Amino acid sequence: MLHTIVVYVENKPGVLSRVVSLFRRRAFNIDSLTVGRTEKPEVSRMTIVTEADEDQSRRIVANVYKLVNVLLVDDVTHHPALLRDLALVKVAADRETRSKILELANVFRARVLDIASDSITVELTGGEEKVDRLLELLNPFGLMEVVRTGIVAMRRGAKSPSITAKVKEIGTVDDGTVSYSV
Amino acid sequence: MSGKKPIGDDKAASGKPVMTGARILWECLEREGVKTVFGYPGGAILPAYDALQHSSIRHILVRHEQGATHMADGYARATGAVGVAVATSGPGATNMVTGIATAMMDSSPIVCITGQVGSKLLGSDAFQETDITGVTQPITKHNYLVTRADEIAHAVREAMYVAKSGRPGPVLIDITKDAQQSSCEFDWEAAEPKMRGYRPDLSPAKGAYDKALELIRAAKRPVILAGHGISISGAEHEVQAFAEKTCIPVAMTLLGLGHLPASHVLNLGMMGMHGEAWVNKTIQDADLLLAFGMRFDDRVTGTLKTYAPNAKKIHVDIDPAEINKNVKVDVALVGDLRKILLELLPRVDSANHTDWIEHIHSLKGDTAVRDIQGLPDNGHLYAAHVINDLWRETRERETIIVTDVGQHQMWEAQYYKHEQPRSLITSGGLGTMGFALPAAIGAKVARPDAEVWVVVGDGGFQMTMAELATIVQEKLKVNIAIINNGYLGMVRQWQEFFYERNYEATPLLNPNFVKLGEAFGIRSMLIDKRADVVPAVRAAHAHEGPVLIDFKVEQEDTVYPMVAAGAALHEMIRRPNPLVETAEDE
Repeated sequence: MLHTIVVYVENKPGVLSRVVSLFRRRAFNIDSLTVGRTEKPEVSRMTIVTEADEDQSRRIVANVYKLVNVLLVDDVTHHPALLRDLALVKVAADRETRSKILELANVFRARVLDIASDSITVELTGGEEKVDRLLELLNPFGLMEVVRTGIVAMRRGAKSPSITAKVKEIGTVDDGTVSYSV
Repeated sequence: MSGKKPIGDDKAASGKPVMTGARILWECLEREGVKTVFGYPGGAILPAYDALQHSSIRHILVRHEQGATHMADGYARATGAVGVAVATSGPGATNMVTGIATAMMDSSPIVCITGQVGSKLLGSDAFQETDITGVTQPITKHNYLVTRADEIAHAVREAMYVAKSGRPGPVLIDITKDAQQSSCEFDWEAAEPKMRGYRPDLSPAKGAYDKALELIRAAKRPVILAGHGISISGAEHEVQAFAEKTCIPVAMTLLGLGHLPASHVLNLGMMGMHGEAWVNKTIQDADLLLAFGMRFDDRVTGTLKTYAPNAKKIHVDIDPAEINKNVKVDVALVGDLRKILLELLPRVDSANHTDWIEHIHSLKGDTAVRDIQGLPDNGHLYAAHVINDLWRETRERETIIVTDVGQHQMWEAQYYKHEQPRSLITSGGLGTMGFALPAAIGAKVARPDAEVWVVVGDGGFQMTMAELATIVQEKLKVNIAIINNGYLGMVRQWQEFFYERNYEATPLLNPNFVKLGEAFGIRSMLIDKRADVVPAVRAAHAHEGPVLIDFKVEQEDTVYPMVAAGAALHEMIRRPNPLVETAEDE
């Protein structure tokens, strides 16, 4: 199944490369990866979506933790979390199809960014499935260009672990069959 | 030296000394306790070499940068302290790759320092520019690209800390030439490692101890699997105390040899591909495996499908990423082995496991008797005889055997009985040919009072034999036993078993090793008779300088027993004519 893993890293040169290199080296698959700044200038945040079973995902977390520049790893797969993908979609449109496309965009709450004589560009934010569905519906009109950011994730409520709290938590992970610390 | 200036000849307004990056480098290494570095100069590291005159650190000039890394590795394995290797940019740095990968696989703490082209030239394909931090990313525990003098102290202190703490490993620091040349304030205290993302001090969850104790209490047929982590953690005494209190027999990995004395009644000896058949059978029959500082390498498990099918498994390791990597375990205790054993020791029950020990004894049959001294001399010299005689002659002294990789390595593991930890240094995980000679140099430098023997095949010896010059230049008393069978023996053995004896590219036409040794100024001799082995070992011991002995052994001898790659652990290829294995003891 797809696992969504949030990784907080030190904002230093080469850190992205270390994380990606680790996935390649251990033959873990990356489905999508996003990286960006956070509320703290010294911390960057990655969301990695990876195809893995439970055991693999635990090994991925353990391996990513071993990277010296990694501050915190949080597998949010089994927690209530907000997952958002952003897509820019340029779809072919003429006088006949334009209103149908705008109607679809409206239903999906996609923002119209650009209308030209032969195309419409919309921006859609949402879960991966929602984006998939809109793309499916727009496909018959002729998708000219599509770009997606990949998933960014955040736990719901105040449940996101703080980095300092997580460090203190060391030695408390116990998933039933195997007890180990991270 | 006329150019020698005291440290801190200039002072900044803060009162802190102003120094060049190059001098800060050596000053930090010195304060970290480094006494010796192994290195090779070149353009981009020249400022550092120039500043070496101000340092008390001993520099050992190697003949190839790979040698420098293996020496640092041998130094680290002989003592547990961090070994340091130095090289220039580009080819100097890339030559270190094999040594770094070797240290990574065997969790050996080394720090490699490389020069790099000037920071303004980075990325321009300048002369001798290689992206060595990129190249070594997957084979280092961590690495640093340092482009400013004021980052050097931080990098060195962190690198030393990262290399030796937690699960040790190699760390590389790449320092641009201008960072070495420019000056800045040197502030030792401010450079103290403060690493938010690095937490080597893990300890298990409380519940995990209870689960482990439950399994230990319930076990009727337990076995301890003892690995390299024991000496890394310094847990030799605790492992012995644990084994004795619970009366659980101990099987060793290759790198575990010596961590419990070979003569100890509970020590079963080596397991795995070339372990004793009955040791492997014991593991297959067990109902509980206690893995102490080992990682279930494919060389010790055979095929995982049938590995210890009836055994619960408790895995004690400091690296959480090792848990359930190869073998699914029932309880994992992640943390420092010694601390965990100290926690477990008062809580485990005394036991005797009489039936189990008797069962193991019955598995041995006559194959347990490995003493080959009583065999009639049929005129042939076998590697086993050489190693067994070497053991008999050196067992009473503090001896370090450093092996290369191949048949001789396995014979060493079978016929040399290691009583002390850190008395065997060998490349286990990576299986690096050419490791032995330079690693032995590092071991000798680290422990000058120990008698150091290189046990090396004729193939591997020729990979790094240039370091003979280092031995002579540095006046090191290292003894070299070449187990010379005129083949790449282990490859030939695989060709014999699995490639219909097609000995493609394995016969070696060797130089005259005696003349070669003498050309370097090393006393050298050729031995091809069994009766001459002991006198040769004695002569080597008595000789003040280094000695090279070319042991011409049986050409097509084979390491038995053997678990074929991908076979089950208990399905071993046995010696067809068990001549050597069944001789009477003493």
